[in-house]
Amino acid sequence: MDYLKAFIVGGLICAIVQIFIDKTKLLPGRIMVGLVVLGVILGSFNLYEPVIDFAGAGASVPLIGFGNTLIKGVKEAVDEEGLLGLFTGGFKASAIGISAALILSYIGSFIFKPKMKK
Amino acid sequence: MNNQEYAKYVKEVTPAKSLWLNMLKAFVIGGIICTIAQFILNYLISMDFSKEDAAGILNIILIGFAVIFTGLGYYSKLGNFAGAGTLVPITGFANSIASATIEYKKEGYVFGVGCKIFTIAGPVILYGIVSSWFAGLIYYIVNYVI
Repeated sequence: MDYLKAFIVGGLICAIVQIFIDKTKLLPGRIMVGLVVLGVILGSFNLYEPVIDFAGAGASVPLIGFGNTLIKGVKEAVDEEGLLGLFTGGFKASAIGISAALILSYIGSFIFKPKMKK
Repeated sequence: MNNQEYAKYVKEVTPAKSLWLNMLKAFVIGGIICTIAQFILNYLISMDFSKEDAAGILNIILIGFAVIFTGLGYYSKLGNFAGAGTLVPITGFANSIASATIEYKKEGYVFGVGCKIFTIAGPVILYGIVSSWFAGLIYYIVNYVI
């Protein structure tokens, strides 16, 4: 059942974003920035956590989940450290995603050769 | 050729893509990526990892796969087909970073890879951090000042 939920919710998010791409011709980078900021906004009103509880990876894997993780981390850090948490929470919460993407991509650049675009 | 004629010409030569078909493709491929992620997540939780650790490890695994698929040239092929289906998941973020590092290594490892690795990652990290800073500030004011 959780596979079906992940498939449908994850698929729906992608399909909705596809409308934006087709209608606005926004570049992929802008779409990604928009999704992360959307996740931060939804997360700051605690609106996205219920979606993750329902759909699991279907909601956490899209980049909105990344934004939600960011604001969740900032809130937890603010609860523990006060104002200083504003400066630690975001990077702490997103550390795995950012580090993994940078480190694995860097290693990948040694292994793979550029592909000719057809 | 005046502007109107040109606009008409552009409309004629732009391939008419069906929005519904694109949405269907994005739905199926995006859904499949999330389903695979759920499978990995369930496996990790069954291995007694905490929910948070499992989510972190899942991210590493997904990003690892995305880098390999990018390096082999499969991710961009899939992306041409799936559109948002490959862009929206965290694998799309990893793909944009990995493709930049592979593409620009010919310009050197400091100013080629070192700079271009942040072409997409930079904006995403910047706006993620800054927007969550502002949202966190509001959270602090609402909960601890007022």
